[in-house]
Amino acid sequence: MLSVRLYKQLPHFTLDVQFEMNGEILVLFGPSGSGKTTILNCIAGLVQPDSGWIRLHGVSFVEDKGKPLPPQQRQVGYLFQEYALFPHMTVEKNIAYGMKQKEQSWQKLEPLLAVLGITHLLPKYPHQISGGEKQRVALARALATEPSILLLDEPFSALDEETREKCRQELLRIHAMWRIPFLVVTHDRDEADKLGDTILFLDRGRVSRVQRNSDK
Amino acid sequence: MEHTTFSPLLLSLKVAGVSTVIVFLTGMLLARLLARRSFPGKGVLEALFLLPLVLPPTVVGFGLLVLFGKNGIIGKWLLALFDLQVVFTWVGAVIASVVVSFPLMYQSAAAAFASIDQKLEQAAKTMGASAWKVFWTITFPLAWPGLLAGLLLSFARALGEFGATLMLAGNIPGRTDTLPVAIYSAVVAGRMEDAAFWVVIIVALGFSMMMWLNWWNGRRLRRFTEER
Repeated sequence: MLSVRLYKQLPHFTLDVQFEMNGEILVLFGPSGSGKTTILNCIAGLVQPDSGWIRLHGVSFVEDKGKPLPPQQRQVGYLFQEYALFPHMTVEKNIAYGMKQKEQSWQKLEPLLAVLGITHLLPKYPHQISGGEKQRVALARALATEPSILLLDEPFSALDEETREKCRQELLRIHAMWRIPFLVVTHDRDEADKLGDTILFLDRGRVSRVQRNSDK
Repeated sequence: MEHTTFSPLLLSLKVAGVSTVIVFLTGMLLARLLARRSFPGKGVLEALFLLPLVLPPTVVGFGLLVLFGKNGIIGKWLLALFDLQVVFTWVGAVIASVVVSFPLMYQSAAAAFASIDQKLEQAAKTMGASAWKVFWTITFPLAWPGLLAGLLLSFARALGEFGATLMLAGNIPGRTDTLPVAIYSAVVAGRMEDAAFWVVIIVALGFSMMMWLNWWNGRRLRRFTEER
């Protein structure tokens, strides 16, 4: 279970949220600049909250007192908005970057690569593949470290409508395969409804409404 | 040209080589430390780093003479602790080269580091990479073109250093007469042929370095744009 209580002063408003989630897909929905990405960055450890806590499966990432756990030790998978693939490494090297035991991890990853249809891309460089392919590679890379939670920041915003729909279906399938909490940030209402088991509506740093989707 | 030897060329290469290694490492380190950090006095510090770029080399030489001279703050200390005298030695020439070429390396490195998308380093961190691994596998390879340009510029600048070197290291044949100093003293002594000989060598060196850098950059650019 992920338990979050965050308080952070941002330039234009105060981020003040509290939520909990299990192995579901939770969507943070809101207009750009409502603090969604900051929440992901706090969970990943790239940004520190002013106060509050973040706990995942009994492991403390941040507490009011004490030093925050460094990002390297959090076992968080993070899919960045523009994917942040390493341009100087092949797809294979990108995916292998965070693996602890290469051989075992590749074996475990094989079904995922098959579902994503990216096995043939392994020797290519990021600039040689399409946007949709980059998105899938980034997803595979984030999962290759066998994270305890996956954070996705506007995962489909750089894709055209057709590819987006396909990628959504894939993501739902992968979630069913992986069974870890997925935390998705989006400003697309349709996407929020299609993906989220739970949707948190964010407005200027606060949760204004919670919606549970029993039939998504 | 009966007195001509290759010693100025060898000396110049030695001085510029040692200076470039020092400048490359310190310039890269300081640029990395100061990138993405802000603190009071950072502007002053950076202006100080870049100062040798805009000062006449003789002013730099004067400053170094005051610092490293027998009665200078650092000179006194070096003499007492290590029995080391840098004025009128090749070490003095290295110090002069380091100070005048440092701004070129620092600027190139700072620009190279600033151009890297921070998300790449953050992504590496979330995948468990230590700060050290992030630097060597992500930051350094991506900054390398800029770092290499800084390295070559620093080397060329060190090779061509004249004013500050003359003031700090003097012009002692076989010991501190680097190429530019040798050219100057040959001209002053009316040995125009000797001077021309060294001029041709230094022009050829500088030209081929810049040609190579351009070729390398072009090749790199093609690699990242082809096969889209």
